[in-house]
Amino acid sequence: MAINAQTHAKLDTREPVTNDFAFSVATKNGSGSQTSNNVLVMSLFQMGIPVNGKNLFPSNIKGLPTWYTIRASKDGYTARKALTEIVVAYNDGTATEDVANLPPGGVCITTDKIARVIRQRDDISYYQIPVAKLMRQTEVPSAFRKQVENMTYVGAVAQLFDIPLDLIYDVLLANFKGKVKVAAMNHNVVKLAYDWTADNIAKTDPYRFERMDGTQGKIMMTGNDAGALGAVFGGVNVVAWYPITPSTSFVDGIIGFRGLRQNDSQENTIAIVQAEDELAAAGIVVGAGWAGGRSLTSTSGPGISLMAEFAGLAYFAEIPAVFWNITRMGPSTGLPTRTSQGDLLFTHFLGHGDSRQICLLPGNLKEAFEFGWKSFDISEDLQTPVFVVSDLDLGMNNWLSDPFDYPDKPISRGKVLDADSLQEFINEHGKWGRYMDVDGDGIAYRTVPGTDHRFAAYFTRGTGHDEMAVYSERSDHWVENMTRLRLKMDTARDMLPQPIIENGGSADIGIITFGTNEDAIREARDWLTNDGIKTNYLRARALPLASSVSDFIDAHKSVFVIENNFDGQLTQLIRLEHPENVSHVRPLALGDGLPMTPDWIYDSLKEQEG
Amino acid sequence: MPPRTNHLGLARNEYKGRPSTLCPGCGHDSISNQLISMAYELGLEQHKIIKMSGIGCSSKTPAYFLGGSHGFNALHGRMPSVATGALLANKELSCIAVSGDGDTGSIGMGQFKHVIRRNVPFVYIIENNGVYGLTKGQFSATADEGQFLKYYGTNHMPPIDLALEAVIAGCTFVARSFSGDAKQVQALLRAAVRHPGTSVLDIISPCVTFNNAATSTKSYPYGKDHEIPLHEIQILAPDYVEERDEITIEDYDEGDIIDVEMHDGSFIRLKKLDNDHDPRNRRMAMEVLERSMREQIFSTGLLYYEEPRPTLADTEELVDTPLALLNETELRPPKEALDSVMQSLMVG
Repeated sequence: MAINAQTHAKLDTREPVTNDFAFSVATKNGSGSQTSNNVLVMSLFQMGIPVNGKNLFPSNIKGLPTWYTIRASKDGYTARKALTEIVVAYNDGTATEDVANLPPGGVCITTDKIARVIRQRDDISYYQIPVAKLMRQTEVPSAFRKQVENMTYVGAVAQLFDIPLDLIYDVLLANFKGKVKVAAMNHNVVKLAYDWTADNIAKTDPYRFERMDGTQGKIMMTGNDAGALGAVFGGVNVVAWYPITPSTSFVDGIIGFRGLRQNDSQENTIAIVQAEDELAAAGIVVGAGWAGGRSLTSTSGPGISLMAEFAGLAYFAEIPAVFWNITRMGPSTGLPTRTSQGDLLFTHFLGHGDSRQICLLPGNLKEAFEFGWKSFDISEDLQTPVFVVSDLDLGMNNWLSDPFDYPDKPISRGKVLDADSLQEFINEHGKWGRYMDVDGDGIAYRTVPGTDHRFAAYFTRGTGHDEMAVYSERSDHWVENMTRLRLKMDTARDMLPQPIIENGGSADIGIITFGTNEDAIREARDWLTNDGIKTNYLRARALPLASSVSDFIDAHKSVFVIENNFDGQLTQLIRLEHPENVSHVRPLALGDGLPMTPDWIYDSLKEQEG
Repeated sequence: MPPRTNHLGLARNEYKGRPSTLCPGCGHDSISNQLISMAYELGLEQHKIIKMSGIGCSSKTPAYFLGGSHGFNALHGRMPSVATGALLANKELSCIAVSGDGDTGSIGMGQFKHVIRRNVPFVYIIENNGVYGLTKGQFSATADEGQFLKYYGTNHMPPIDLALEAVIAGCTFVARSFSGDAKQVQALLRAAVRHPGTSVLDIISPCVTFNNAATSTKSYPYGKDHEIPLHEIQILAPDYVEERDEITIEDYDEGDIIDVEMHDGSFIRLKKLDNDHDPRNRRMAMEVLERSMREQIFSTGLLYYEEPRPTLADTEELVDTPLALLNETELRPPKEALDSVMQSLMVG
């Protein structure tokens, strides 16, 4: 069971290749390889080489095969490539297939033990590391040996492709938060393998790293951490959650950054509750939003399913709260540790009846941070839940990014009346009702509990209500209310983050996407341009879709909607919202559980256009 | 003559809500009335109270009392989580929550247990009638084994005792009462609103439409004939010391009085009746409840009380200011803080 052989591979040419190739590291889950892989990625980052790392891991604590791909790109391309030139084959169970997936001229770094069982190829380079022998020579106590064994490939890679040893030590030290003893123990193994490789292996491949200045002033971080940091700067104050992959590290991030908000006596301005399930997590954030808190939960598909009823209530009762959906592959339990963009429609329409939810669609690390804080303002301005639809790829992998911009506007609490402004409202309008739309934008004025005014109270309910929030089963009240909610969604279109549009000089071809496919699309578009095929580009960043999406569709003869799900969900939404003249809008939908590659986009587009 | 007013200068009428839409004679309406009286008599400020509920007949009632308080009729069985969120956002609010046996005893069982476990400080009233009213007469999980109802015939399942479940979950204030016993309900409510922890009041509140036959243990006739109060209850405010001494000396032997001192210095005075129940004894509370369930004895009163452990807001070590009232500076770290995080992630 290996990652499927990737077709469409571009063959390497045996010319010297510097800072422009990819690794795949195949290990067993739970063997400690995550640290080794992080050390490699962070070392390349420190060398100034644009890099990314993508963890393609199983739903398992220990034993199942796991892969980690590392791509270095001097040109700054950070999408996952379909093909990796180098494999570190440290899992005997997948080694044969891992080697079979290499292109001619590729490199296999493996252990002497595994080398004996792999079906050999004569068109690649093999480097065998005597792991067991090296480990016997280390000073590592036997109890820790299994955990640090993977450091042997770090040492071999460092020697073979020129990563400085002292740099690796610094990265190890940072990785272990300054604990010298642990860093030294790991580095000891790295050095042993480094030295052994220098003495015993003759390099026969063209790949090497070289310091450059491609990462100066940039950061590396996961999208979950970026979103969490954004939430902390966005004034989150009530967090409720239930652990679920791949969203768990989002709340871990908030816990980690919570100190930025503590006062001098270390008291918290953020309450964080691990709920008994996602039903309760949703209830807590809805209750908090109702009472004037800035509340957030983070979950994934199965959790979002459980939150559907509260989402509908919050939509209808008009209660702000922020929900992050770090999307993983469904339906059902699906592929819990694989990425997907398959929850787009479900999240947008979450809740029974005619509900429609605001969705923000971050496409990169900076947007994860930006939407992290902005989601609260949008939610309170619109008095409705906001769903930030991220995915496992952005959430759990390390991404290279420019540093984040500090919020460019003050915190907004939306139309909230305190005792004084409530009195002014009553003086002006004769009365106040929770759902009275006096501004004509579909957004009414609300009060929060604790407001000391005799007319501040109202009764919140998911049942039919009139503009005074009084129970009503009258059809006219119902229709008026739903019409106002629709107006509010239309108001939202122009308040939400607008699409990113790039004119690539094409008269014919438009590409539409959302979320994390951007890097792969950018690279594929460059390849297409080299082939003489120009494309224009639009990345939607929020639902409901902005009106500029319609203009973009109308302006092109062919529109391809690239999305990482099986059914072409954004395409369906476009057809729903833009029913006239959409025969030229076609989905390029993949949904195979992996981050999208430029190779697949390039091939698919060529095939469609050809 | 002007109407009598409380110390806030408010008449009792001003604590009412909208007119009830429940069946005439419903036990739930008497509980709403006791809530109105309690808030009026104690002179509670309505804007500092929130009313929460789930779904069902009982959960409609917050619309019928304390019209000056914000209310939230949430989802079936999930009032506890919504109350938790609201009280985390603003820990200065008091919360009166109303649920039913269908709401708490079935879908709500998990949230019921967990809200108690977290010790969210609020009054959790279960208006318990053993039957689903809005869907027209199905058994609820608290219906007695062997009971007969027109809709479904005989119930063959043992009941869930929600007061017992509360004690087991670690609740520090557990009481059972009967909506027909206005005096006791009133006394228990007065104690419960003072308790800085989850207070569970399981109040048998007959459904006059679907479950009021004399054979049903959740009916008026049964309750009136069979209710056995564990004590006579009196709530003494902190400044009632002298009167307390007087009563002790005049009316009772010392051994017959249990004074439970509450967190705010007030006392729950329990005058013993025909039993030795001491609500400060957890084992005794569980024994009383188990025997009551086994022998279908309708024991009412304060079943269990203990000095409250830290509330959820305490455990969370929150700042003094309610989170909902934090200002921009408290909610958003300065630019330097972001720059410093960014710097730490850059090439060193």
